[in-house]
Amino acid sequence: MSNPAVAVEAQGVTKIFGSGEEQVRALDNVSVTIRENEFFTLLGPSGCGKTTLLRLIAGFEHPTDGHILLHGEHIAHLPPFQRPVNTVFQNYALFPHMTVADNIGFGLEMQGMPKQDVARVVDEMLTLVRMENLGRRRTSQLSGGQQQRVALARALAPKPKVLLLDEPLSALDLKLRKEMQIELKRLQNETGITFVFVTHDQEEALTMSDRVAVMNAGNILQIGAPRTIYDHPSERFVAHFIGETNFVEAELIEIDGRNGRVQLPSGAEVPASLPDVDLSPGKVTVVIRPEHVDLVPDAGVLQGTIDNVVYFGTDTHYHLHLDDGTPFVARLQNQRDSAAAFTEGDKAGITVKDNAIQVLVD
Amino acid sequence: MAIGETTATGSVPTTQMSGREATAAAERRSVRKRWLLVSPALAIIGLVGIMPLAIIAVYSFLSPGPYAGISWDPTLEAWLNVFMERDIFDETLGINYAHASIVTRSFVLAFVTMILALIVGFPTAYFIATRPDKQRYLWLFIISLPFWSNLLVRTFAMMLVLRDNGYINSSLIYLNVIEKPLEIIFTNTAVGIGLTYAYLPLMVMPLYASMEKLDFRLIEAGYDLYGNRWKVLWRIVIPLVRPGIIAGCILVFIPAIGAYVTPKLLGGGKNLMVGNLIANQFGTSRDWPLGSAISLFLMLMVMVALIIYVRNVISEADKNA
Ligand SMILES: Nc1ncnc2c1ncn2[C@@H]1O[C@H](COP(=O)(O)OP(=O)(O)OP(=O)(O)O)[C@@H](O)[C@H]1O
Ligand SMILES: [Mg+2]
Repeated sequence: MSNPAVAVEAQGVTKIFGSGEEQVRALDNVSVTIRENEFFTLLGPSGCGKTTLLRLIAGFEHPTDGHILLHGEHIAHLPPFQRPVNTVFQNYALFPHMTVADNIGFGLEMQGMPKQDVARVVDEMLTLVRMENLGRRRTSQLSGGQQQRVALARALAPKPKVLLLDEPLSALDLKLRKEMQIELKRLQNETGITFVFVTHDQEEALTMSDRVAVMNAGNILQIGAPRTIYDHPSERFVAHFIGETNFVEAELIEIDGRNGRVQLPSGAEVPASLPDVDLSPGKVTVVIRPEHVDLVPDAGVLQGTIDNVVYFGTDTHYHLHLDDGTPFVARLQNQRDSAAAFTEGDKAGITVKDNAIQVLVD
Repeated sequence: MAIGETTATGSVPTTQMSGREATAAAERRSVRKRWLLVSPALAIIGLVGIMPLAIIAVYSFLSPGPYAGISWDPTLEAWLNVFMERDIFDETLGINYAHASIVTRSFVLAFVTMILALIVGFPTAYFIATRPDKQRYLWLFIISLPFWSNLLVRTFAMMLVLRDNGYINSSLIYLNVIEKPLEIIFTNTAVGIGLTYAYLPLMVMPLYASMEKLDFRLIEAGYDLYGNRWKVLWRIVIPLVRPGIIAGCILVFIPAIGAYVTPKLLGGGKNLMVGNLIANQFGTSRDWPLGSAISLFLMLMVMVALIIYVRNVISEADKNA
């Protein structure tokens, strides 16, 4: 992984739609580097600019400011049909007047590939997406999952350098979605093509990606491997958007590189991870994941009262409020035939597993 | 149809009472009721649609009256005269070249008009369909504006534009592009231009209707897959708006082939079309049966065109199903 080649690079990209009163800043000075052969995911809530970033890379929109580079080269002057980038559209956008095979072969045909070669590649693609017998069908005769695979095959057939996928799984039901997640991952491994994948489903992002960029309101807040994003969120929004989290006000008292110590409201001093920016001691917010804590009958590092106990099969969720009123959730794994350790109204101490406290930037 | 269905379901409660007889009676009642309800519509269709047609169909098999009108003398002469004429001296049949050339001119002019309207109307409709919602209605309004005034008035206006010292010629002379005025007025060209102008909205409307339904993301998908503008136009846009193209072509072709005012004013009497020929039979020529026969002949031609259209659309729908 030493200095892997760069596939796509956005340098200070800003995109403004409209003008005057109705102006929308869809992207605000976004910079990101996507490596070759990477499964890169853009994750964020609706309207945060994910589609806009993909459309800028594909060439359907032009940046108001900044540059998009493909393999280190400027592509601003290239129209979409000259960019070695293909898109799997959110609604698939299959051509309704063509068969499955014609859809898949369209890109190759446009590139001027001879008919027999097109037919051969189309067959390969049909095999790749496991739809060998469906080439002659009309796209309207396909199920949602099949349409999605045709869209994928159509975008993969011309062997693009980069494949852009705009929430391709959002229309599928849960079971099919899980299957397609595995299939997508397999296709990415087999083809070695760089995937830029858009989703607003945090679980999907975590399970599939090599790296994730968390976006909000036209900004990229954090880029990192799924584990890093989950365990070491740098901002409140990231922590909140990915998984369930407890926010606790604390005092940063010691800084040593990316490690430090914080004093919790209870007075207990515990080690904590610091974000990748310069911080000075003082008031901070820390996050503690519900599954990284334990409840004990004695003091622990935080104390609270249990409001609610919810049984979930594999684990039990304890909703507490700390002595200063802050809500807090603890998620404890269940043992077979064990009763809940605490019930509503009980006082409990909270202990935190090693390295489970993350300090936020804000 | 829908009315009939509701009355049928409305009579269901009475059928519950007893056995087959009651059901049959109720059915008869509902059938009668259905006929009663559709009878006004049938009467109107019969009176204004079928009766005039029946009259000219009958007329076409009769002989012309001494001054005008018809005399009740059955003959096929009128139908023969659509394309044939009898020699005045020996009564042998020969081709009526005047009629043949008028019919040919009508077909050619209507076809050229259709193509011109398509060439002008396609980008126009595309332009309108790609405007923001609010602007579209304004543009559609502007396109339909000529329809608000009488065709005769519009055609006279066209004469002002096309005549020897009209706007086109005087501008071209002023700009030193030409020295002598172009001969446009009273030519087939003038008729073609006039017809295109008159029927352009009939092309734009159905084209717009199918383009408005067009999923523009498919065009983006085409660009994304290395199709340049022309290829995307031919391979994606045109196949998808084909029903609109065919509808627009038919809507322009049919009135264009039967046009009367435009060839009369812009053709200057020497470039007649079928419409003028028919009018002549009912006017100066006083041959009502021949006029009826030519009218029916024209209608048959148009029906053939429609059948081709319907077949085309159905086979396309089959392919898409
Ligand atoms: N063509 C446009 N004109 C005006 N505003 C636009 C346009 N396209 C996008 N926007 C605005 O830009 C912002 C970002 O839109 P974008 O489509 O990139 O969001 P997204 O992250 O893809 O959301 P979603 O998850 O809902 O698809 C939104 O506020 C949107 O309203
Ligand atoms: Mg989107």
